[in-house]
Amino acid sequence: MHEWALAESVITAAQQIAEKEKLREIKEVTIKIGELQQVEKDILRFALSQLKPASFKNATFHISKAKTKLKCRVCENTWLFSKTKLSEDTAEAIHFVPEVAHAYIRCPKCGSPDFEIAEGRGVWLENIKGVR
Amino acid sequence: MDPRYTVINKRLKRISRIIAVSSGKGGVGKSLVATTLALTLSRRGCKVGLFDLDFTSPSTHLIMGVKNLQPKEEKGIVPPVTKGLAYMSLIHFSGDQAAPLRGADISNALIELLSVTQWGELDFLVIDMPPGISDAVLDLIRLVKRIEFLIVTTPSLLAFETVKKQVRLLQDLKVPIIGVVENMKMNSAKNIAQETEKLGTKYLADIPFDAKVEEAIGDVTKLLDTTLAQRIRAVAANVIKE
Repeated sequence: MHEWALAESVITAAQQIAEKEKLREIKEVTIKIGELQQVEKDILRFALSQLKPASFKNATFHISKAKTKLKCRVCENTWLFSKTKLSEDTAEAIHFVPEVAHAYIRCPKCGSPDFEIAEGRGVWLENIKGVR
Repeated sequence: MDPRYTVINKRLKRISRIIAVSSGKGGVGKSLVATTLALTLSRRGCKVGLFDLDFTSPSTHLIMGVKNLQPKEEKGIVPPVTKGLAYMSLIHFSGDQAAPLRGADISNALIELLSVTQWGELDFLVIDMPPGISDAVLDLIRLVKRIEFLIVTTPSLLAFETVKKQVRLLQDLKVPIIGVVENMKMNSAKNIAQETEKLGTKYLADIPFDAKVEEAIGDVTKLLDTTLAQRIRAVAANVIKE
């Protein structure tokens, strides 16, 4: 349940924004999860529902997945991450620490491990809506 | 917004002291000092964690002679316990593969591990830092409010010149420095001790060059029987006293 720790960070961050924006009740929380981290949407949603404080009682969590775009720094090739070619152990290692991808993935065009995770790394809090 | 930052200090809340073993220069024996310090504190009855932050060149697992350790997934990641230490390293995830990471990736991996690792209650978390004063040092200063530094040098001016800069930087930033350890000493010269005191920092110990240390790599019992470990016991006593 690594997702639990990530859910806790989402709730804490949303609470901090709510406090700053003086929102007394949160209505919507929009979260994006990058494919690279392979976060289980249902587990994340369950953890969020268990961790949410009273001010989030009526909040809806919108969780969408984002494709992971990798960009080679050597040949500028861009490609989309796919876990299908990875072993279960490698996929799990990347799930825990997405940067470990540099140990296992190479640019399909030139073979370099020097690539940028341009989009879709991990959990991202997009937006929150609430009432003052 | 990246939500991970918001839980880092919560994850570290039940750790009494967080000590980064650092140096401006590589090859001075940071990993050996960090590992030996963690093992020594643990053998004195303290609850200790060891965090290898040298992501691109981790070596604390080699020093302790451990491999194939698996963290547990439980409301985050629970570090495996080995040799009496709660032990976290990127090696748990990268295995034997090289992990070529740029600065931004190092920061991201560091933030990830700080935000999801469930250390539990510890008296000390000892962090083995990568050499230099770049991403890892700056991130720890930025993110870990109670960080303290223990700095390792050798008698070489090449090492000590960078250490001086690091000490001044930490002093400017008002980051606590426990003191300086002089490793691999070949003679009885006092210049590093004197220069350290001039910087307004404590000179904690001199560790003579000890050929037995190389033979002890991979064997904790042998390691704790070296002159290095003997001198680190005095450093540990000093750290506990503070």
